[in-house]
Parts: sequence; C-alpha cells; structure tokens
Amino acid sequence: MHEIMTIFKREFASFFSTPVAYIFITIFLVMSGVFTFLIGDFYARGQADLLSFFNFHPWLYLFLVPAISMRIWSEERKSGTIELLMTLPITTFHIMLGKFLAAWLVLGICLVLTFPLWLTVNYLGNPDNGIIVAAYLGSWLMAGAFLAVGICMSAFTKNQVIAFMLAIVLCFLFVLAGSPVIIDVVQGWAPNIVIDTVASLSFMTHFQDMSKGVIALNDVLFYVISILVWLYAGYLVIEQKKAN
Amino acid sequence: MIKVDNLSREFGHQKAVDNLSFEINPGDIVGFLGPNGAGKSTTMKMITGFLPATAGKIQVAGHDIENAPLEAKKRIGYLPEGAPAYPDMTVYQFLHFIAAARKIPKSSREEAIKRVVSQVDLTAVLNKTIDNLSKGFKRRVGIAQALIHDPDILILDEPTDGLDPNQKHQVRELIASLAENKIVIVSTHILEEVTAVCNRVIIIANGQKKFDDTPQALLRRSRYFNAITIGLSYIADISGLLELEGVADMQHDRSNNLITVFPRDQQDISAVLHEYVQKNKLPIEYMYPEQGRLDDVFREITTSTDNKEVA
Repeated sequence: MHEIMTIFKREFASFFSTPVAYIFITIFLVMSGVFTFLIGDFYARGQADLLSFFNFHPWLYLFLVPAISMRIWSEERKSGTIELLMTLPITTFHIMLGKFLAAWLVLGICLVLTFPLWLTVNYLGNPDNGIIVAAYLGSWLMAGAFLAVGICMSAFTKNQVIAFMLAIVLCFLFVLAGSPVIIDVVQGWAPNIVIDTVASLSFMTHFQDMSKGVIALNDVLFYVISILVWLYAGYLVIEQKKAN
Repeated sequence: MIKVDNLSREFGHQKAVDNLSFEINPGDIVGFLGPNGAGKSTTMKMITGFLPATAGKIQVAGHDIENAPLEAKKRIGYLPEGAPAYPDMTVYQFLHFIAAARKIPKSSREEAIKRVVSQVDLTAVLNKTIDNLSKGFKRRVGIAQALIHDPDILILDEPTDGLDPNQKHQVRELIASLAENKIVIVSTHILEEVTAVCNRVIIIANGQKKFDDTPQALLRRSRYFNAITIGLSYIADISGLLELEGVADMQHDRSNNLITVFPRDQQDISAVLHEYVQKNKLPIEYMYPEQGRLDDVFREITTSTDNKEVA
C-alpha cells in the first residue's frame, strides 16, 4: 500500500507540475458544456435531469482519456526513467496501480468540477439527486475502463502519439461494440454467442443504465473487470519489454 | 556479494552478453571496461533486475534476482546510463520520491536527503527543476539518488560521462570514499579512471569476459610497463643501449629525439640504464619511467578475438 501511495503521489503531482492537467480539465469542462447545452439540448428537453450531460460521456472520454493516458508509460520509456523506476524495490503491479489511480483521480476531479451543471439543474427544477450521484459514479467507473485501455497502449511504445492513436482506436471499438456498425460485421458469419459476447463488451451499453442512475451489479463488475484486465495486460507488456 | 553465473542475454539473434561469470566481494571497486556495445550496460541492467537474463543466474547478497527481486533491489543503488530523472520535479522532490520509494522511514528521510546533497554537492540547485539543470548537475542528481538509502552495492553506469575535469575528480573522490566494505561497480570507457579509482578491472568485449584482475596487472600487460624514456639534447650514439642486460627493444622517436627503452620480462632496468648513461656521458635532458599504456592494452584485449576469428 505504501508503495502504491508513493507512486500515486508522484504521478498525481506530475500532472499538475506541467500544464497538462490544467489544459485537460479546461478542455473537459468546455467540451462537456458544449455537449450538454448545444448538442444535448439541455434546455429544450425541459427535464430536471443531467441525462443530456452523461449521454455524451463515452464520446468525451474517447478522445480525452487517451490524451491523458498516453504519457503514462511512454514518457517513462522515452526519458529512460523506466529503468530507474523498475530498479526500485517496488513491484511492477504496484507501479501500475499507482499510475492508474493517479490518472483516475484527475478524471474524478474533472467530473467533480462539472458541479455547476448540477447546480444549474437544481436551480431550474427538482431533479433526483440520488440518480445524479449514481450517474457520476458510473461515469467515473467508465472513465477508469477507458483509462486502463489507454495505459495498456501507452505501455507498448515510447511514442506518445502512437499510444494516443492506438488507445483511441481501441476505445472506439469498445464504444461501438454494441452498435450496428460492429454487430453487422460479425453477424454474417459468427454464431450468436460471439455476437452476444461482442455486444456485451460495449462500454456504451453498460453505461446506458448507469447514466440514468441505475447501478446494476453486472455493469459495475463489467467495468471493474475491464479495468483489471487491461491493467494486467499493460503489466504483462511492461514485464515483457522493459527495454526497447 | 554479487555472484554472476554463466549469464547470457540475447536480443533477437544477437548475443549481447555471452556466458559471463564473475564474483564481486565487499571492498571491491570494479571498473567495468569495454568498447561501446560490448555488453557492459546490459550486464548492469541484468544485475539490477531491470532486464531478465536469457540464461544464467545472478545472486545479489544471497538473493536471486529472479526469485527475490525486491530483496536484491533493496541492496542496490543504481545510476542508469544517462542518469535519467523526472524532468518536471525539483531536485528535492525527486530525492524525496526516491527516498520514499526506497522505504526510508519518514523520520529519517530529511536526514538522508541532507546527507546525499552534501555528499555530491547539490545544495545550490536543491529547489531547481531537474529539466533546467546542466548535464553535470543532472549526473550528480543521479548519483545522489543511487546513494540515498546507503546501499551496500553501488552500480554506476558511466558516472563521469559529460562531466568537466573538476566534477570528474569529485565523483572519483566520492567513489573512493564510499568504497570501504561496499561493492562498487563503475562502467566507463575512460581508461585512466580505472587506475584512479578501481582496485579491480573487468574487461568485456562481445559479451565475453576478457580480463579480470587488478589495474596494476592491466598496466603490466603493456609493453611500456617499466619502460624508460630518455630525452636527448642532441643526436648521440645510443646503439649500446640495446646491448644492456635486461633490455629487449628500443624505439627512437627522431622528431623529438626521444628514446624509449623496453625491458625484457618487465624487469626494472632503471639502474642499468642510469649507469650506462653516466658512463657514456650521453646528453640527457630528462629521463622518466613509463607507466604502461592502457590504450594499447585495451585495444589488444578487446580486439584479440576478432583477429583470431579472422585467422
């Protein structure tokens, strides 16, 4: 635990010692505002909820989370600090967790900073705040899954741009997994069980209920397992090719 | 103690380290020499547990680096090649992070930082970000980081690379002052450094061990060892020198009028030479003993296999 905390603190501080975190948070807030009010028609809907805000989160994360995850391992590789890090008496898995938690907290801070939206909806109407809190937690969990994919991709390369692109492509597939775009490709030849499996991997479908405030165990488990699987994959990548 | 047994490492088809074995005991300051790409850094990376070995075993203070990596890593202080550090941190923040990661208890962390900061003279830049430091300071931060937990084993990959002569001297003094009852492994391609700091030299080339002995033994390999160079103020008859007992060969540098006399079997020929010079009243300007030329020995040792392969 102490090891994870040590890594966590350094990583978290490093987001804020450069403009990365500030720019990221600003863009996140602006984008979520644009999505909610302009594209999501927050006012026109006339509903006292934040559905138009949460509905766009998968698309927001699709581009923004890879932007924050791309540097996590790539930079260590590029600057050679990976050698320093991996020769400290800390296991790779602890390092992985520390790094993940730090970036995840940054994403959590982004979500918390969208509170003016919550104030707005409370000012305008009487929303069910329980639902909103649940949706926030669900969104954060989903962000974690995006992040774990991004960290795994970052582990592959010392080039941040490549890590960014790989993460976007992979996240895109996971977002679309349940949509006709992907299903149609599989439908022609694969048995039903494959189609169902592919569809059930969608980050989107598992978030649909959550965005309405329904926290179902299977959705939570899906994201938790996704996070663990991708972090473990990243761990294996790092262990396999520490030096380039 | 470090024990390396039949260590090998392959990158694709290329053998970076080829069946390397050696043992290093407390008190040893080992100079790790070899041409670029000889496998020095790869070997160090394996000892520190960064790279896994393709074959062979490494034991650090009795702990197998593969089976008990954390126990082994705890005992090692390591300066990787190029002294990498997190550029966005200040020197203090960085050292603090390493101290925490090295599990130095909170109460003695400040003390440990203070100790290494004075050891490598970092006080002036303690609150500067590492990104803004000069190469020399960056290297010293790397060394400080390796020393912070007062390790029994110190592994430094090219610690003086990019330092000015004063800084080099400082680092060498530091290494020498640390050495008692510790193991220090220093890789370098500066040959004088080895004779200045180390009490043991391991030369590797093509991933294989070519030499493992004291720096003195290395010098003794040179044909210049115990040779004597004489400077003459004008041309004189020196043919008699070759007849002297113990003299094997002689080399005359006509442009500077310098004569180097090589002894047979590295014996001491200074007395005989002195006597001859006085008897024949040679116009001696100066006369000095040679140390042995490491460059030649190094070249001979590290390229010898290639010649054999060609032949």
